[in-house]
Amino acid sequence: MSQQTQDITGNKISPPEGWQGLNEDWSSDKETFKSVPWGKAMMWIFLLSDTFIFGSFLVGYMAVRMTTTELWPNSSEVFALTIAGQHIPLILIAIMTFVLISSSGTMAMAVNFAYRRNRSVCAALMFATAILGACFVGMQVFEWSKLIEEGVRPWGNPFGAAQFGSTFFMITGFHGLHVSAGVIYLTIVAIKVLRGDFERSGDYQGVEIAGLYWHFVDLVWVFIFAFFYLW
Amino acid sequence: MTDTVTGTTISPTDHEDHGPTTFLTKYIWSQDHKVIAIQYAITAISVGMVALALSWLMRLQLGFPDTFDFIDPAGYYQYVTMHGMIMVIYLLTAIFLGGFGNYLIPLMIGARDMVFPYLNMLSYWFYLVSVLVLMSSFFVTGGPTGAGWTLYPPQSILPGTPGYEWGIILMLVSLVIFIVAFTMGGLNYVTTILQARAKGMTLMRMPLSVWGIFVATIMGLLAFPALFVGGVMMMFDRLLGTSFFMPAIIAQGEALQYNGGSPLLFQHLFWFFGHPEVYIVALPAFGIVSDLISIHARKNIFGYRMMVWAIVGIGALSFVVWAHHMYVSGMNPYFGFFFAVTTLIIAVPTAIKVYNWVLTLWRGDIHLTLPMLYSIAFILTFVVGGLTGLFLGNVVIDVPLSDTYFVVAHFHMVMGIAPILVVFGAIYHWYPKITGRLLNVQMGHIHFWVTFIGTYLMYFPMHYLGFVGVPRRYFAYEDAVFIPESAQTLNAFITVIALIIGAVQLLFIFNLIWSCFKGKEAGPNPWNATSLEWQTAETPPGHGNWGPTDPVVYRWAYDYSVPGVEEDFIPQNVPHAKGETHQGRDDDTEGV
Ligand code: HEM
Ligand SMILES: [Cu+2]
Repeated sequence: MSQQTQDITGNKISPPEGWQGLNEDWSSDKETFKSVPWGKAMMWIFLLSDTFIFGSFLVGYMAVRMTTTELWPNSSEVFALTIAGQHIPLILIAIMTFVLISSSGTMAMAVNFAYRRNRSVCAALMFATAILGACFVGMQVFEWSKLIEEGVRPWGNPFGAAQFGSTFFMITGFHGLHVSAGVIYLTIVAIKVLRGDFERSGDYQGVEIAGLYWHFVDLVWVFIFAFFYLW
Repeated sequence: MTDTVTGTTISPTDHEDHGPTTFLTKYIWSQDHKVIAIQYAITAISVGMVALALSWLMRLQLGFPDTFDFIDPAGYYQYVTMHGMIMVIYLLTAIFLGGFGNYLIPLMIGARDMVFPYLNMLSYWFYLVSVLVLMSSFFVTGGPTGAGWTLYPPQSILPGTPGYEWGIILMLVSLVIFIVAFTMGGLNYVTTILQARAKGMTLMRMPLSVWGIFVATIMGLLAFPALFVGGVMMMFDRLLGTSFFMPAIIAQGEALQYNGGSPLLFQHLFWFFGHPEVYIVALPAFGIVSDLISIHARKNIFGYRMMVWAIVGIGALSFVVWAHHMYVSGMNPYFGFFFAVTTLIIAVPTAIKVYNWVLTLWRGDIHLTLPMLYSIAFILTFVVGGLTGLFLGNVVIDVPLSDTYFVVAHFHMVMGIAPILVVFGAIYHWYPKITGRLLNVQMGHIHFWVTFIGTYLMYFPMHYLGFVGVPRRYFAYEDAVFIPESAQTLNAFITVIALIIGAVQLLFIFNLIWSCFKGKEAGPNPWNATSLEWQTAETPPGHGNWGPTDPVVYRWAYDYSVPGVEEDFIPQNVPHAKGETHQGRDDDTEGV
């Protein structure tokens, strides 16, 4: 952009600086966020809204945890596994978190390769991301079944306050649904990459948009992890 | 300039090729924002008629107790609940955002459609499903829920509350579906406004209607999540026996399985949604009424920039006042102090808006058309409701008045009647664009005067009833010694008025249908308005809105009675002319 631009009536104007400039930029015609495609803008707004859903869930969780009349179960004990005779607290969840964070890494690389138009590597990385995501869900299923075997139910559990099971199943379940949806979503986009759909339109934003969603789901997990397992 | 960045730019020819041809794709499975808007509006008005009919039943019972055998206490609670919920969510939210939002956003900002038309269509169909689920609760065992529109647990999910069997479940399911529908639509509205405006349409040139709808939609996207979460948790409490909201309870000598939950948590979640919801309904009304006043008084809106910032400010503040609905809930008293303060602060931007409306009218060339009459009625009603709101915002005044008819009068004035008046005004205003014909004015006048005077006759006495202590949500109060005889007479009077108001709404519906076929031809711009929707090539606008060329915008939407210009209005797509003097408006001509 040149320093001097013309306004719509043909008069020369120079762009204002600082806050004023930011303001003018955002409120200028056509697009508030320049060169941001519609799908990406919409994904950001959706994620903002979804943040409020998870936020409400987590605040609700904190509230019931503080107000419930019974003792809260000791999470490092409940979430411990005995592997080869060793009693290791939080081991499964540590692996799960590691897997999910790694999947964010592969996703970021996939976006990079998408913009380099390296279709096969991009698709391979996306499939890897989806597989890591599926592993995460698989381990969650394992965790759920273990807890259910031990008698944890949404309406009660042998370790303490009933709300432990309620919030646990509800929030990890809601997050798990997000991950599962993400796995399907990533697979579809990866197939599109392979088929060359984006090559034809010359625009790989679709990969990045899927990436936004995936990183968001990971980020949410970090909060759930902190609030459920470390508190 | 061709646009390659915006993902799926719709080029005009592209659009003509793919314009729908069969009746089914044109009017039923339509992706055209105008058709979707009309579908939304018709559905909302239909379900609103149900809510209206329920209010007649309630009024019949209150005005003439012991007269109508078919209304029993359980039924009364069900009417109250369904009436309140339908009016607030399924009528007002849906018609302002789904109806006016869909119709006006693309037309006013110069777009050809919403950015994702298919999603937009889905939004309507989900909305329809949510309405059908809600309506189905009238036909299931136990009927609809009678928990009150606030659905407070524990009572809402315990036996003894009508609709315990299925009603409450269907209500929650319906709300969740509605939220999904709203989210799909809302994402579209926000993205369209942000990213798909016409050339020259800066944010600060958008008509205030768009601003109101825009901010209200963002608020919806941030507030509905709390209702969603509260709804899901309550559903688990009801179906799985969890105790999110349920404390230990002994019912009829037996301890229930619930233990340790927090009923207050639900109230917080509900009102974190519920208060912004009031403004989700009010902000579009504010925006629309600003435009109506300016157009029908032939004057630019007073303080455009201030109006925009007031809308944004009210939107933001309304997220930090929710617990003023909970002064008597037993929450920490210090909260009461905080929330009373924030509540009173909101009055400032709100008052700014009212002053600006009045100053726009001041020395305007006021045409007393129906939209103008409704706008003036709105200002008056809103001021009355707003003033009682200031009373209720204070803890000490609210505590004795809480759950009395004073509250009923307050919220009907401020969020029931006031926005409905704007809906009427807006329909009279945009009907000519939607159908090409004007609504019949004689019928319109009868509708206006009866509705306007009637609402005052109906709700003013309710304030008094509230002072006397008549409680809200009561089927009957025969033996209450503190309620004087005269209160009953007043109640009978209110009922008669309510029935008359109800009847005149039927006349309005008749007018809508009649004028569609027999109304006077309107022409493209019957009100000589400046905003883009009145400048379309065809009326009603065709598929793709603008014909072959996109509109270009050169000015704000409020160039009325500009000195030195012959016509008393200059449409937004007319370039600046020589000799046009600028009178220090908020238009963005600073650089000139
Ligand atoms: C002719 C118009 C109307 C009449 C006659 C009417 C009448 C009533 C009556 C009699 C009640 C019950 C009072 C009680 O027993 O506590 C009520 C409650 C309510 N109305 Fe209306 N109303 C009308 C319009 C509206 C509108 C337009 C709205 C939109 C916001 C609305 C929202 C509500 C709400 C939220 C409640 C509270 C429900 C509850 O307590 O759970 N009403 N109305
Ligand atoms: Cu409020």
